[in-house]
Amino acid sequence: MTPSAADVTVGTVLPPLSVRITRADLVRYAGASLDFNPIHWNDRSAVAVGLPGVIAHGMLTMALAGRVVTDWVGDPGAVVEWGVRFGRPVVVPDDDEGAQLDVTAKVTKIHDDGTVKVLVTATFDGRSVLGGAQARVRLPG
Amino acid sequence: MPLDPSFIGRSYPPSAPYEVSREKIREFADAVGETSPAHRDPEFARAAGHPDVIAPPTFAIVLSMRAQEIVVSDPALGLDYTRVVHGDQTFVHHRPVRAGDRLVVQLHVDSIITRMGNDLLSLRAEITTEDGEAVSTAKSTLVVRGTDQEAAE
Repeated sequence: MTPSAADVTVGTVLPPLSVRITRADLVRYAGASLDFNPIHWNDRSAVAVGLPGVIAHGMLTMALAGRVVTDWVGDPGAVVEWGVRFGRPVVVPDDDEGAQLDVTAKVTKIHDDGTVKVLVTATFDGRSVLGGAQARVRLPG
Repeated sequence: MPLDPSFIGRSYPPSAPYEVSREKIREFADAVGETSPAHRDPEFARAAGHPDVIAPPTFAIVLSMRAQEIVVSDPALGLDYTRVVHGDQTFVHHRPVRAGDRLVVQLHVDSIITRMGNDLLSLRAEITTEDGEAVSTAKSTLVVRGTDQEAAE
């Protein structure tokens, strides 16, 4: 059910989201985004630059975390702004389970133009992986 | 080695047009698990007020990353790409990217600063239609990790 501006107040909590990221997801994202940096699919390359192993593309983590907002608003075109700082990497093991990303979000401000600010948190292994992650969303009147 | 500060404020000529297709949007939406029919079904998108299927909120990275090449691969900047990590990313959408768009990207170097031994390169990609209609602004900061020796200095 799409929320309308009248239903939303500061403090409104969005339905949370848990997403699994496997190596296959990384390969699919590499192809779709054209980001073929080998640290996202090759352990040898990841270890060579000091990482514990293959990590998810920051941009994939950002896109997946953003689904907490797009799932909520319904119309993905309602997201007028989406920004994050990349904190810790999401290490994706070479198994069928992959890595689990847990995403929560809440409304922290209603702007004068009616758009709402949503603060998003994304954690992996119990630790936050994105900093200052916030979206601005235009809700139907 | 620090980045060449004379790049600050530099703007590059607009890129060649990128034509956004329905299939590329669907592919990207699948890759990030966005399930909305607004990314796949033109009729649904039209009913929601869009002229054609629209792209997910982070799709513009496909264009901005390509546009960044012009500066990050310039030997004069002095950037060692093996030391680069993505520091932050923001998209401001003036309207959603949609199928049929022919988009050009103009890249700007907003700032270069040094913090705790790392160089921070802030880039801004202004994405417009060929006719100049503003579509998205994509800002990114690339962090060039300093060597331990530089950090100790």
